[in-house]
Amino acid sequence: MKRLNGITLPFRKITDMKPIQPIGTPRYVRLPMLMHKGTPCVPAVSEGEHVAVGQVIGRAEDAQAAPIHASVSGTVTALTEFTAEDGSAVPCVEIRADRDQVLSPDCKPPKAETKAEFIAAVQASGGVGLSGAGVPTAQKLAAADSFDILIVNGAECDPALSADCRLMTETPQDVLDGISWIMKMLKIREVRIGIMKDKIAAIKTMSDLCSTQKGITVCPLPAVYPQGAEKVVVFHTCGRIIPEDQTAADLHILVLNVSTCAFIGQYMQTGIPLIERTVTVTGSAVRKPGNYRVPVGTPVMNVLDAAGCELETVNMLLNGGMMMGSCITDLNAPVLRQQNGLVAMKKYRPPKKSPCIRCGRCMQVCPMGLMPLKLEEAYEKQDLQALRKLHVSLCMNCGCCSYICPAHRPLAATNLLAKAILPENAEGEQK
Amino acid sequence: MKKFVVHSAPHTNVKTNTLSIMGCVILALLPTAIAGCVMYQLPAVFLLMATTGTAFLTDLVVRALFRRDRTAPDGSAAVTGLILGLSLPPSFPVLWAIAGSAFAIIIVKELFDGIGKNFANPALTARMLLMVLCMEQMHTWTFPDGTVDAVSGATPLVQQATLWDLFLGNTAGCIGETCAAAILLGGIYLYLSGIISPAAPLAYLGSFALLTWLGGYPVLPQLLSGSLLFCAVFAATDYTTTPITKTGKVLFGIGCGCITYFARHYGGYAEGAGFAILIMNLFVPLLDRIAAPGAFGAAAKRAGK
Repeated sequence: MKRLNGITLPFRKITDMKPIQPIGTPRYVRLPMLMHKGTPCVPAVSEGEHVAVGQVIGRAEDAQAAPIHASVSGTVTALTEFTAEDGSAVPCVEIRADRDQVLSPDCKPPKAETKAEFIAAVQASGGVGLSGAGVPTAQKLAAADSFDILIVNGAECDPALSADCRLMTETPQDVLDGISWIMKMLKIREVRIGIMKDKIAAIKTMSDLCSTQKGITVCPLPAVYPQGAEKVVVFHTCGRIIPEDQTAADLHILVLNVSTCAFIGQYMQTGIPLIERTVTVTGSAVRKPGNYRVPVGTPVMNVLDAAGCELETVNMLLNGGMMMGSCITDLNAPVLRQQNGLVAMKKYRPPKKSPCIRCGRCMQVCPMGLMPLKLEEAYEKQDLQALRKLHVSLCMNCGCCSYICPAHRPLAATNLLAKAILPENAEGEQK
Repeated sequence: MKKFVVHSAPHTNVKTNTLSIMGCVILALLPTAIAGCVMYQLPAVFLLMATTGTAFLTDLVVRALFRRDRTAPDGSAAVTGLILGLSLPPSFPVLWAIAGSAFAIIIVKELFDGIGKNFANPALTARMLLMVLCMEQMHTWTFPDGTVDAVSGATPLVQQATLWDLFLGNTAGCIGETCAAAILLGGIYLYLSGIISPAAPLAYLGSFALLTWLGGYPVLPQLLSGSLLFCAVFAATDYTTTPITKTGKVLFGIGCGCITYFARHYGGYAEGAGFAILIMNLFVPLLDRIAAPGAFGAAAKRAGK
């Protein structure tokens, strides 16, 4: 089978041997009402109210949202505003922790006998895609009437991240529980777990565990970035090509992140909603890089402290990995529930761009077979017709083109801008 | 409050830049330049220094006048100048060479918006201009031993030279074009360092060899003489003026091979490689369009509708 293009990143992961460690309860948490892809939640608590761990504090008004739960017990100190990644202002609930961590009486194992009940339970859990995108999981489960195959995405191809890798090595049973629930409830017979070839330990534990399970296979993915994108992981695990204007759900393929599966497994057993997650903390300013178990909404400052980061040396902070992460500008910013990485870099200077020399490297590395240099030209001319012809909508913003460009042109960022000027994508942000 | 860098993803990049690429190209041109300087001695040294220096300075001055960012330090102008110098006969007048070098940078490169935007190969365009303007000087060939071969209108497609002479460059010709061994060395280095794709040179040489064989001419002497090899390795692989896709590169090479063959055997100018590249330069936008890579899932989309 032909593999899609990509890049081989020269650095080795330094955190994939570091066991997951809890950082403890922070003094306060900030919980923005938009910690998923979709519409913001509506605050369900008021100032001064006492909340328990796992209590709903943000109600989902429609299927485009997943409810938000308190990650600590304590008092709501303020309802403020938070600037989300896309620049929109969303309400934000601040809770001062009382450190008692009293569990809300609502947190009990859900009963699910049918598919509808199961999806409702997942919706109530606040489960979202945990690898960065944050699509509400219930929305994914309901995206097609039936699914033929479940692809568990354990690619985690970003060189900085290792949270999923650790999860598969340390608690593979949770992943399997989640998979079993989904298989049973959605009547899926075939499951493929995609893990990058270089994660030898994770492949071994998952294969050992799944060898006795019928229908579950572990598929090693090429050790090339990117692997985690839906279209790429579907192609590399089952060889199917998702047409340009369709998604995996249209082909009756369900793609879920491995941490999301593990979360579903745990939730069905304990009933504790999504209030904690594993974040890989790394970067040149971090002295103790590793994987940390963090209550959602913890200020990044506290997480960096726990990882031995000298805050005054930090020059760039990233939510996510090196390749697709977005910059954080505030040390008080909360850790979001879809956030898989926190990178703190010393002295980072963005490279200086120079004119394109038409070397074609961007095109050679593009997994989607696009021509980023032509897209850039078309964008500069604001030529919508050309942008469509060049299939700009296929760009998944993996960043291979920007990475490889010897002229250091921000090609991936240009593609984002190009997608935004197409009228058909005008409301695409809500998708 | 502490300020952080805000930057669009990805937050890491390769160390390769335009300067390092151009550095590799200059390194690859060095064996050829050294061979030329050893064979043709001082005149060749002066000529190469004149064209390279002129190109560098012109680029610096013109871009400053046009108020554009400086690009001369990235070495691209020097490469243009060096290639031009290498494609001139050693006895060529230095002043004309300087004029040609300035023409390459100002007219062919900068008037089209500079590096990456010009559609024709600057060094070859300047060479062709000089060929038309200075017919006589351009066709005065000096042998390494100092004797002059003034066969008018002909190129050093020297019939009496042995294959071994052609391979080592022990014959009359342009400074950088006679020593096939040095050119191949440079080409192999560029290929191994990942700077060039071998598609265009191989398609060029392959198609030319095939036509020559079909036409009943001796293949190896034809391949090794004239500027064919030099153009195939250093001009048919220029990033800016050749197609970016592999299929495009192959088609480009085949086009060059055909034009060179017909120019050599049927044309008025016995040397066709430079013209072949320039003519094929005009086809690059077309080749880029027809040889575009298939976008993932785009075909499935059309079929589904």
